[in-house]
Amino acid sequence: MRKEHTRLLLNGNHAVAYGVRLAQAKVIPVYPITPQTPIVEKISEFQARGEMEVELMTAESEHSAMSACITASLTGVRVFTATASQGLMLMHEMLHYASGARTPIVMANVNRTIGSPWGFWPDQTDSLAQRDTGWIQYYCEHGQESLDTVLQAYRVAEQALLPAMVVHEAFYVSHALEAVEVPDQTIADRYLPPFDPPHRLDPEIGESWGNTVNQDMFHRHRHDLGQAMERVPGLAREADAEYKKLTGRGYGIIEQYRCDGAKLVLATMGSMAGTAREAADQLRSAGVAVGLLKVKLFRPFPTEDVRKALQGVPKVMVLDRNFAPGTGGFLHQELKAALYGMENAPSVHGYLAGVGGTNVSPANILELAQAALTEGPAANSVWKG
Amino acid sequence: MGYSIAEEKIFNSGHAACPGCSEALAIRYIVNTLGRDTIAVVPPSCIAIISGPQPYSSMRIPVYQTTLESSAASAAGIKRALKAKGNDHTKVVVIAGDGGTYDIGFQALSSAAERNEDFIYVCLDNEGYMNTGAQKSSSTPYLAYTTSTPSGKPTPKKNLAEIMAAHGIPYVATATTGYPDDLARKVARARELKGMRFILVLTPCLDGWGLADNAGPKTSRLAVESGIFPLYEVEDGVRYTLNYGSKGIPVGAYFSQQSRFKHLAQAQLDEIQTMVDVNWRRLQTKF
Repeated sequence: MRKEHTRLLLNGNHAVAYGVRLAQAKVIPVYPITPQTPIVEKISEFQARGEMEVELMTAESEHSAMSACITASLTGVRVFTATASQGLMLMHEMLHYASGARTPIVMANVNRTIGSPWGFWPDQTDSLAQRDTGWIQYYCEHGQESLDTVLQAYRVAEQALLPAMVVHEAFYVSHALEAVEVPDQTIADRYLPPFDPPHRLDPEIGESWGNTVNQDMFHRHRHDLGQAMERVPGLAREADAEYKKLTGRGYGIIEQYRCDGAKLVLATMGSMAGTAREAADQLRSAGVAVGLLKVKLFRPFPTEDVRKALQGVPKVMVLDRNFAPGTGGFLHQELKAALYGMENAPSVHGYLAGVGGTNVSPANILELAQAALTEGPAANSVWKG
Repeated sequence: MGYSIAEEKIFNSGHAACPGCSEALAIRYIVNTLGRDTIAVVPPSCIAIISGPQPYSSMRIPVYQTTLESSAASAAGIKRALKAKGNDHTKVVVIAGDGGTYDIGFQALSSAAERNEDFIYVCLDNEGYMNTGAQKSSSTPYLAYTTSTPSGKPTPKKNLAEIMAAHGIPYVATATTGYPDDLARKVARARELKGMRFILVLTPCLDGWGLADNAGPKTSRLAVESGIFPLYEVEDGVRYTLNYGSKGIPVGAYFSQQSRFKHLAQAQLDEIQTMVDVNWRRLQTKF
């Protein structure tokens, strides 16, 4: 069964496009932005070659692209779009609208610095700043994971009726070439059933959406939305396990790497997980018990899983390639909140590393780990390079 | 024009419009002409209020209420999805106000027109943000009082019908509620066509314009007869047809029905009369 795939040399963005093709999205409203554009270019190629039957709508803005995603999804078809940085900022209003409408849109976001000033660099602040919009958020380390996560995201989103963002970073992942296994269509079809929602915009059904509601109805609507979000960790674990059965690849909603007996665990998301894994290996070789916690599912935050993973660990060092002025690193904040009140909780060191896309090498992480092992933790995130 | 209105009862009484509201009249002729196999998109506006709060609806068709600036994109999304599902019969119509069309929704509208998306866009134009208490929009006429232009709007109304015609879309029409058969005929005409169709409907607002409860239709007719709002059609951006034009009624007769122009001096009235005459002569060269 594991041989039912094609091995291709793909960059991270093209890997996403293959994932979308396998999911057979039917409507794709898009607007170009660097470094997202190769995703849509590849999908356009698939369409032009007759390999994908899809309505591509070249909107005049990301705001309109997301507006059209919502209604296409409400009309009952599988929808995809992709964006980055300013585009995601422009969509912000409609991100809330999408989750409110319970539309299982899947969107790829390629992390890029937000202006001003202008930059094109890998920095996760754009998507993390959307953490409260009611979207599921997955952070991916490499192109293979991004392809696989697109399929998992559709499965989970359509079960929970919530939109999902599949996120990877500019250039480090989006434009880096690597060998990627593209599953056969039959595997994807077995994994992802057709999208056929019972509630949709259809004159034969006559249901409407978006009308003004009273306070009590709004209250219940938000409560329902929250309950749907609470189901996501379980659905995402199951989706990952099923995917692993079919393809041999699974990631978990978090990944624990060499955490046994660790006196320090490095916690991070996205491409930096690869660098941190290398640093953990080097430290282990030098006899220092260091492990890695990779947070893949960031929304909803996998609080239970993280608490379990860090049980008995004395120290955690968070590496945030993102920054919220006034509060610091997003993962640092979320991890502290998740561990609050836990008995014998680890002390948490929050380091801002790689903000703005500066390079963080395994050697840098070794230095930071040495600092974390000797320093006491600060309440707020600390700038480390 | 010899058109009798064939209505299917889609829009119902019991809605929340003001007594005598022109928009309610317009919605009746629009959705009742389009029929049951229709999905409507409505942004925040009086139309959204008239559509009805959840769980009620004044229309027996699905209504999707979207954000103020995204009507055209929302409609395009529905139509693309219907096409992807192999449904080539269900009509999609936007019913939006002038604020949501001339101003904040114009970017999405222009783009949908450029792509020739397959839906009907109807703008119910009451020349201001009436739902939020009568503020100025780019549709508000020159020197009209609004709560955000208490001394009168210093610039003229944007000519949206001509802007839409310049996109070269299959069908653009102007209409108004004082001519219901003309309005219904234009909706029926739009229903038969494919691609982007745009109908601009002047809907006098009783509260925002300072009109008597029964003055909507009369004011609507005076807007046409004074040459301020001629009724015409444009096919493919080039073929112009005049339906109803100026009867030489002075603009003062139209203004006298309304409180939003009552502060005007004679010199200002004369200035507006000259502008209206020039615009009417310019339009006539296109027929």
